[in-house]
Amino acid sequence: MEGFIALYIFMLAAFTGYEVISKVPTILHTPLMSGSNFVHGIVLVGAMVALGNATTAAEQIIGFIAVLLGAGNAVGGYVVTERMLEMFKSSKEDR
Amino acid sequence: MEGLFNADLAHWLIQASYFLAAILFISGLKKMSHPRTARGGVVWAGVGMVIATLVTFIEPHMHNYLLMTTAIFVGGIMAWWTGKRVAMTDMPQMIALYNGMGGGSAAAIAAVELLRVHTGAGLTHEAFAARELAVIGALIGTIAFSGSLIAFAKLQGWQRKVYRFPAQNFVNLALFLGLLVLGFMLARTEFSSNTLYAFFALALIIGIMMTIPIGGADMPVVISLYNALTGLAVGIEGFVLQNPAMMIAGIVVGSAGTLLTQLMAKAMNRPLSNVLFSGFGTGDDGSSTMSVSGSMKSIDAADAAITMAYGEKVIFVPGYGMAVAQAQHKIWELAKLLQQQGVKVFFAIHPVAGRMPGHMNVLLAEAGVPYDLIYDLEDINSQFPTCDVALVIGANDVVNPAARKDTSSPIYGMPILDADKARNVIVIKRGQGTGFSGIENLLFFEDNTRMCYGDAQDVAQKLITGVKAL
Repeated sequence: MEGFIALYIFMLAAFTGYEVISKVPTILHTPLMSGSNFVHGIVLVGAMVALGNATTAAEQIIGFIAVLLGAGNAVGGYVVTERMLEMFKSSKEDR
Repeated sequence: MEGLFNADLAHWLIQASYFLAAILFISGLKKMSHPRTARGGVVWAGVGMVIATLVTFIEPHMHNYLLMTTAIFVGGIMAWWTGKRVAMTDMPQMIALYNGMGGGSAAAIAAVELLRVHTGAGLTHEAFAARELAVIGALIGTIAFSGSLIAFAKLQGWQRKVYRFPAQNFVNLALFLGLLVLGFMLARTEFSSNTLYAFFALALIIGIMMTIPIGGADMPVVISLYNALTGLAVGIEGFVLQNPAMMIAGIVVGSAGTLLTQLMAKAMNRPLSNVLFSGFGTGDDGSSTMSVSGSMKSIDAADAAITMAYGEKVIFVPGYGMAVAQAQHKIWELAKLLQQQGVKVFFAIHPVAGRMPGHMNVLLAEAGVPYDLIYDLEDINSQFPTCDVALVIGANDVVNPAARKDTSSPIYGMPILDADKARNVIVIKRGQGTGFSGIENLLFFEDNTRMCYGDAQDVAQKLITGVKAL
């Protein structure tokens, strides 16, 4: 059953992702790509767990790299997305 | 940390926070798909990220906290600094770069887990098919990592050359089969550390090999694809670590990214398989059988200004040249001047103008162009035959009539903006060369086309001066 629960999660999450962004206007393709790029920055959490459980030097080094890259993904993804969407706001206020 | 909480409470708090984070990610993405709510969306997702990250610190049995916080601060500050500093035009490659980091992180997580298997310590969580999934996630993450870095280098202009050699697809296939064998060994046998290193080295090479033959014009689709792959890798590593936030967020991004990739490929009228395996936009297959007749005729900015100011309707067609020159503010100033002269102005945006879908919308929005002047391809194309001037600002392939006329052209069949149907076409262009895809543009040789050479910002300034002088 455990394996099937994993499969169910996989399937439902996949449908969710598909539904969430169907019918998105072209104008938002780039910001949305950037936004989803930010969301998979959640890899940081897994990297922290991996480093937190690392014991040998090799594991610690690779775990450190994982956290470093994951933090880069999350923070960079957020900053870039935020800056892009900032512009949509300013254009509306000008109108 | 366990002193502060009893283990049950900590466990409950972690799971509840991940659940909340998953909800925030999904609703954040949903909000991001509508222009009005998009800004709130990224904030929601951001809150989810902060909650998930903070709560992970109270995961039981963890150590290396000093290393962890150091890595978070160093990585975070570097990314924050680069992300804040980068120019709007360079956003696409930054997305590629941060995406590559995510893929690399997922691969590194898998590497740690597999090292634990190798040393006999065992996986962090012995879950269903965890070891096999770790290998698959490692494969996908590593390819996304090296592929994204190549995409970054290409867009940054560090690697302009497109490398192709005979039987490239077969070589790639052979490498991939080798990778599968190594992967099987990692997943099912007692392996040596050399097997582990060889596996990651080979996966890195495949990511590079897959990306170097792809031309710059297709990079948006490729980046979107790698974005989806990173999401998938993150989701899979989530199953390995039994971390629900990673499972949900990763898989949601994986499938949303796949859909987005398809939408982009469709906007360019190119099946994904062509993008990946046929090397479009390389320049060497840009030779078309249709001979180019006529010559490019130039016009100076003052004449161009007069032509536009005395027209009734002018359609602006921005492209990557506008982005490179940062000319959007000048262009909007010019458009406003023309409006004062009683000229109707419109902006026509091709879905893949610039380096990414929506790239031009972002830049025009930055300059303050109102939405209601900006039109999509389907809405504006019927307007070109009745417009006096189509002003093409550094756009190239998206206005190339070869896509309609020349069956042998690599871009044949791609929907284009019919700028050539305007009474006059004025093209602002830096030089006489071909565009990013290396395909000769028939539009530039048309009788009704005049070329206005120069940097888009300088030319726009000259046009503004010209209109003001009237």
